[in-house]
Amino acid sequence: MKRFDDITELLLQLGDSTMIQAQRLCELVGGAPALEEEVALMNVGLDLVGQARNWLEYAAERIDDGRTADDLVFLRDQGEYRNLLLVEQPNGDFAMTMAKQFLFDAWHYPLLEKLCSSSDEKIAGIAAKSLKESSYHIRRSSEWIKRLGDGTSESHERMQSALDKIWHFTFELAKPCELFKTMDSSGIAPGVNDLFSDWHAIISKTLAEATLMQPEAADNNYLSGAKGLHTESLGFILAEMQFLQRAYPNAIW
Amino acid sequence: MQSGELIATDRSELTEESIKLAWSVLDEVMDPEVPVVSLTDLGIVREITPVDGLLQVVLTPTYSGCPATEHIEQSAKRALEDSGFNAVIIEQRLAPAWTTDWITERGRLRLKEYGIAPPIGSADKPQLDQAIPCPVCDSTNTKEITEFGSTACKALYQCNDCLEPFDYFKCI
Repeated sequence: MKRFDDITELLLQLGDSTMIQAQRLCELVGGAPALEEEVALMNVGLDLVGQARNWLEYAAERIDDGRTADDLVFLRDQGEYRNLLLVEQPNGDFAMTMAKQFLFDAWHYPLLEKLCSSSDEKIAGIAAKSLKESSYHIRRSSEWIKRLGDGTSESHERMQSALDKIWHFTFELAKPCELFKTMDSSGIAPGVNDLFSDWHAIISKTLAEATLMQPEAADNNYLSGAKGLHTESLGFILAEMQFLQRAYPNAIW
Repeated sequence: MQSGELIATDRSELTEESIKLAWSVLDEVMDPEVPVVSLTDLGIVREITPVDGLLQVVLTPTYSGCPATEHIEQSAKRALEDSGFNAVIIEQRLAPAWTTDWITERGRLRLKEYGIAPPIGSADKPQLDQAIPCPVCDSTNTKEITEFGSTACKALYQCNDCLEPFDYFKCI
């Protein structure tokens, strides 16, 4: 995988993570458990597509090889995607869908807060815009964790089982990576090294209120979303998402 | 000024008066999702300035993923061109991020008349648990049905007194 400069790598991580999370949510069109929930899931997805577009337009501008944000989304292969492993995992049942959303929000929201004071004006602008939207996302997802965790014995069991299953992929959210360490000191993402303690704090507080057990810290492994080393799930998402552009290159409507 | 007169006029020279006119033109362009509030009511027109003989209009999007963004951009451009502004460039600006605090008093009134409860409070001090008055009977005895409504900017509520379900324009 070609490595770009730090800022572009950060933009791709943000753009790809929001894009893939949005694409997963959109799979639930017509299949959510209740109409209101479907509307909410799609609203969150729509916000994230918009944010992905903002990040990737800026990334395309910096890469400056003639590719647009659309090209980055529709024509890159799995190994060039930098999204978190968490967001590419299948939706599963509603407990799993909300567990994934919450674990993502608990990373995304404090990250955006920090990026609001970025020394890069464009990053700060996109972050400030996204933060407003994400404050609604995290409020809703943490409410669902509590409602299902502290609900009936079945809802509790299913939420606990979703957390236990998905926890494996939180190692990327729970520990600082090399890129973030550099970004913190350069002022591109000031305070981003605290992101991980923020994430732990949000998770611990919400899971305690939800009467859920926090699984053991997940170990690092050879996979890494930021390096383009993904699980098999991403390939299936891209196959669907990119089909039209691959089958009919440059199709527009 | 009559609209017929505007069409015939070439406004290649951008005076203070023509800038004022451009503002009033955009004041007549309605939001495609909520066709009673204009672009200026919503506070999304940030600047109208002459730049090298061109009329530069700075718009700020409401939500990142708002599907109306392009539509709004095109209708603003078309309305200005129809009024004789032949060289219009539209710039999208993200920062400072749009806030519902920029919705005008008239915009709020129009939203309410249309059946949408206008945003309560200020985005700097969000009061998330504040009661949302029903736009039909003004009762504050209302409940939230879902925080995410028919468009990104709205939540769905229902009045416990008159039972009317209504949209609430979220404060962001």
